[in-house]
Amino acid sequence: MSEPISALNGARFDGIARIAEAGLTGMITLRGDLASKPVKAAVAAVTGAKPPGQGQISFGKTGAAGWMSPDELMLFCPYAAAPALLAKAEAALGRAHALAVDVSDARAVFRVDGAAAREVMGKLFPIDFAPGAFEPGRLRRSRMGQIAAAVWMEQDGGFGVICFRSVAGYAFALLKEAATPGSAVGVY
Amino acid sequence: MLILHCPYCGVSAEETEFAPGGEAHIKRFGPGASDEEFRDYLFARENPKGVHFERWRHAYGCGKWFHAARCTVTLEVFGTYPAQTTEPPQAIRDAISAKRPGWSWREFE
Amino acid sequence: MSTRIAKQGRLIDRSRPVTFTFNGKPMKGFAGDTLASALLANDQVLVGRSFKYHRPRGIVASGAEEPNALVGLGVGARFEPNQRVTTTALFDGLCAVSQNHWPSLEFDIGAVNSALSRFLPAGFYYKTFIHPRAFWKYIYEPVIRQSAGLGKPPKEEDADRYEHFYAFADVLVIGGGVAGLMAAKTAAEAGARVLVLEQSRHWGGRTPVDGGEIDGMAAEDWIAAVVSSLKSMPNVTLRRRCMGAGVYDHGYALGYERLTDHRPGTEGPRHRLWRIRARQIITATGALERPLSFAGNDVPGVMLASAMRDYVVNYGVAPGQRVVVVTNNDDAYRTAITLKQAGVDVLRILDARPTGGGGLMEEARGLGLRVDCGRGVAKVSGGKRVAKLAICAQEGSGAALEEIACDAVAMSGGWSPVVHLWSHCGGKLDWDEAAAMFLPDVARPPVGADGAGFVQTAGAASGVLSLSEGLADATQAGRAAAKACGFKAKKGKLPEVTELGEMPIAPVWLMPASASDELRAKAWLDFQNDVKVSDVQLAAREGYESVEHTKRYTTLGMATDQGKLSNINGLAVLSEALGRAIPQVGTTTFRPPYTPISFGAMAGDARGALFQPVRHTPIQDWHGPHGAEFEPVGQWRRPYAYRRADESLDGAVMREVKNTRQAVGILDASTLGKILVKGPDAGRFLDMIYTNVMSSLAPGKCRYGLMCSENGFLIDDGVVARIDDQTFLCHTTTGGADHIHAHMEEWLQTEWWDWQVYTANVTEQFAQIAVVGPKARAVLERLGGMDVSKTALPFMTWADGSLAGIPVRVYRISFSGELSFEIGVKAGQGKALWDRLIAAGDEFAMMPYGTEALHIMRAEKGFIMIGDETDGTVIPQDLGLNWAISKKKEDFIGKRAQARSHMTDPTRWKLVGLETLDGSVLPDGAYAVAEGVNANGQRNTQGRVSSTYYSPTLGRGIAMGLVLHGPERMGEVLEFPGIDGKTYQARIVDPVVFDKEGEKQNV
Repeated sequence: MSEPISALNGARFDGIARIAEAGLTGMITLRGDLASKPVKAAVAAVTGAKPPGQGQISFGKTGAAGWMSPDELMLFCPYAAAPALLAKAEAALGRAHALAVDVSDARAVFRVDGAAAREVMGKLFPIDFAPGAFEPGRLRRSRMGQIAAAVWMEQDGGFGVICFRSVAGYAFALLKEAATPGSAVGVY
Repeated sequence: MLILHCPYCGVSAEETEFAPGGEAHIKRFGPGASDEEFRDYLFARENPKGVHFERWRHAYGCGKWFHAARCTVTLEVFGTYPAQTTEPPQAIRDAISAKRPGWSWREFE
Repeated sequence: MSTRIAKQGRLIDRSRPVTFTFNGKPMKGFAGDTLASALLANDQVLVGRSFKYHRPRGIVASGAEEPNALVGLGVGARFEPNQRVTTTALFDGLCAVSQNHWPSLEFDIGAVNSALSRFLPAGFYYKTFIHPRAFWKYIYEPVIRQSAGLGKPPKEEDADRYEHFYAFADVLVIGGGVAGLMAAKTAAEAGARVLVLEQSRHWGGRTPVDGGEIDGMAAEDWIAAVVSSLKSMPNVTLRRRCMGAGVYDHGYALGYERLTDHRPGTEGPRHRLWRIRARQIITATGALERPLSFAGNDVPGVMLASAMRDYVVNYGVAPGQRVVVVTNNDDAYRTAITLKQAGVDVLRILDARPTGGGGLMEEARGLGLRVDCGRGVAKVSGGKRVAKLAICAQEGSGAALEEIACDAVAMSGGWSPVVHLWSHCGGKLDWDEAAAMFLPDVARPPVGADGAGFVQTAGAASGVLSLSEGLADATQAGRAAAKACGFKAKKGKLPEVTELGEMPIAPVWLMPASASDELRAKAWLDFQNDVKVSDVQLAAREGYESVEHTKRYTTLGMATDQGKLSNINGLAVLSEALGRAIPQVGTTTFRPPYTPISFGAMAGDARGALFQPVRHTPIQDWHGPHGAEFEPVGQWRRPYAYRRADESLDGAVMREVKNTRQAVGILDASTLGKILVKGPDAGRFLDMIYTNVMSSLAPGKCRYGLMCSENGFLIDDGVVARIDDQTFLCHTTTGGADHIHAHMEEWLQTEWWDWQVYTANVTEQFAQIAVVGPKARAVLERLGGMDVSKTALPFMTWADGSLAGIPVRVYRISFSGELSFEIGVKAGQGKALWDRLIAAGDEFAMMPYGTEALHIMRAEKGFIMIGDETDGTVIPQDLGLNWAISKKKEDFIGKRAQARSHMTDPTRWKLVGLETLDGSVLPDGAYAVAEGVNANGQRNTQGRVSSTYYSPTLGRGIAMGLVLHGPERMGEVLEFPGIDGKTYQARIVDPVVFDKEGEKQNV
């Protein structure tokens, strides 16, 4: 058996913010009635978290649950555990009309940290990242440069970003460019 | 560049996050429809100067379709609402009436 | 002469000398200078040539409105043309060259146009170069192009980086003069989040130069105090060197920040484009002084009065030693007083008003200056610099009363509020007769998403020119903006201002009022584009009544300054010529940006490798080192073929086809779309999406399907695999993955929202690898792990298992007619499986193949390709695909459309194979000609080539095409004229030219 690799194999860059591809991350797309018991149970089974509210990401013991749309969540978990956790989620869903699928390999995950992280994000997304406007637990699907991406703030104040795996190289280059030394905007 | 409120995400976002989808509240005609009905369904569209109902998709966001009631002259947005409806909700119609008394659009007023 | 003086110069640091060059000549300036002030300090009065007549041009203004003084700045990869010297900060080593002259600035051949100006009136080009038409291409156009354009384009790639920044504010204040600062302070103190943009590097705008006391402080000190208090507020962001470039719908605005223009090569971006969303925008953009239209007003040394004052006060530069001031309002007296106090001789003040001005006039007289009222300029003479000025009565035709030798003229025709940003998004204007200016019509502002106005003007931009009224107006604007954002501004005390009262302006659109033809033909309106009073009058006589038409006919206001100085004067002249009031004539449209912004700033990061996203498969990195030549497929880059040393690209393709047909090939098929469709209604839904029946597909099986739009046209095709009772995996084309997923979601969300179906686009979860050819099974068996025999895994089925210990899903499907396995594997292990397959395939002579071999093999089998056989006007019935269209189903997307009369027309062109008589390859896209010609004299057509290749399998060209009554005309020969001049003859044949029975794939 060959070891799986993430899109950029953990690439890193230090500029006015620290950019890092997070490496292998378990991800499960869960579609269904988010208010229903089976879905709540599935979320708990995978992440240990409560289902997030609109535009939120909730954090649990084994992972996190991001709100993607009124009938879709992205469940984050350890990569290696994803197949087993998916099976648990499917068991929890039972006969309910829902869709749960392992998409751990379909996306790239980035972390953006550091004092200027808000500004780096602000160069790429048409979103207000000012303190107070974007705080831990907030998640937004939007446009990063020319690609679709979701961005959220972790509990420690760092940002998480996901995009499709095929554009991971573009995303990383874009984040690096936005974090170029000397390019701090000086507003946040 | 417009700002639109996505009724699913609860955010007001700039136009680049959205994709336009033409006129709203078009009733589908399939097999069995007359040539005239089918022609109108496929091709006949409103081109109003004023109140208009449009379809938009939050393409870079939740991916959901919604409708916007908008003034084509001033670009004022009277309201947005989910696409799972065959006619404009009363609250939207009231919002338009408050700003454009006596408006009408297709069979709606 | 123009020179540095010992006094004044509040913005320069005389302890920090700076050296620079102009046209190669070394010059000296000080830190804090603009290039304009430094040039003037070096007596460089001539700085460029005008566009049409190549007339000598000098600096006329001190800011963004400068029309004349444009230079090429920098060298090599940092060269940029058309840079205004008035807004260019001086730095050590700056290198500028003047423009639009040959061979030199001092002696310019093109200036002959000026001598001929009588023969080059408005519309000259339109009138002259129409006939004869044949002359246009070889004579007129090359000559005009040679003389067109101001600066030279840069030759090297831009060395700098640029970026965008998305900013948000409750209140955006554009302009950091006293009005902008006052408005910002008011709004910020009410609690609003405020962003202030100032285009220059200084706060306070004109006020420190114009003087006055605010709250008992010198204006400059008051400004410093306000800036310092704004800086201390956490809800305020202040940016200098950042121009508010444009105001757009729904509170969108652009800011153009110039970060390193004044220190090239510094780390960080050169320009930053601020993409701002504000709930309210306050434009505190000030006012621009208007020139006066008198003969010779373009001679270098004639300058706006306010600009001359700026050069003295801000930079300690006197643009002349013997100056005449000419005005129609009180403000120019400030210049006269300033000049006098700086030690410059002010020879005369000519005030066009019969009784002159107010307190400022008295002050000037008190300093011993001579003021002549009711007087104007008949003419300014001088070649490359002002030499003398003829005085005349303003009410007259210009008979000279007196001539004065002088070296500079300060002119003031009054002030125009900068209403550009107010107007960009639809704010309307009103003409104020008394003030002789266009004012923002506050009753008709630009409106936002909520239908309410979102722009306010403040200070001089509102048309209030005095300091006290400006501050009061700005306070009101700040309060109103804060209120519109839901904040309540406290009632504060207005600042107390000490200032002199002024007398009203008298509009002067032509000087003297009844200037002779000769004088009007030398009275410039647009300095850069060489438009004179006589040109606008000519346009009016020729019937150009609309100001927009006159603009385009005369080119008034169409230069890089967009008419900042010329538009109001021009339309006043037009209004007079037409005998219609100014408001009836109206203004031309104000369009963003306010001044030109760099292409780099617009592009931001989207250049070089980031120009557009390029998508990579998990196996991408393998292809390049193995000889792949790539072709773009959407945003993917797929290997076209893998070229070996000493092999042509074409040769590689031929080898790949042959090897796949004879042994085995391997293809990276990861780009194919994969959409999961699940739910109790999934089968019913796919029966609507596809033209054939999918609900009857058994789990474990695969079926090829077609998708149409509601118009009936074929949009995508692919293989559907049924995973379980409620789950299907739909394969789409490479280009279709995203839009077919969107297509499915659209129907689910907007038509059948009560159906229980969920979709997920899992395209990128998997790498997909096709192993194709007679020895394909042997390669898989060498890896081991699952049974891939014909009995265990028959054609058109799939199975889960593992290969070489890697979990996989194997599909027995074929796009080549060969024994073929498409292996889906998690993307993270895609490269690992590829490597194992490559190693295992070695003994079977397996080779990778690219998209061209793929295309040839599918064409040999007569398989259609979306985008080749389809073009958005083709229905499945055209392609002989009736077998894939269910007749049993009541409905599917496109079914009703395919019953329309045009779709059932028997004369629709239909798919056939085409075989050249001589074995050559038909040109792609060639048309089959028919008898006769159409209404345009072109040959009639009866078909076209949709796919064409050389088939190494058959050793000749093969093609498919759509032909009138094609399937009924087997064996007929058609003629296809090529663009190479040859005519190709091809016989209509069956599109399947290889293994028609399908024996090879079913083994």
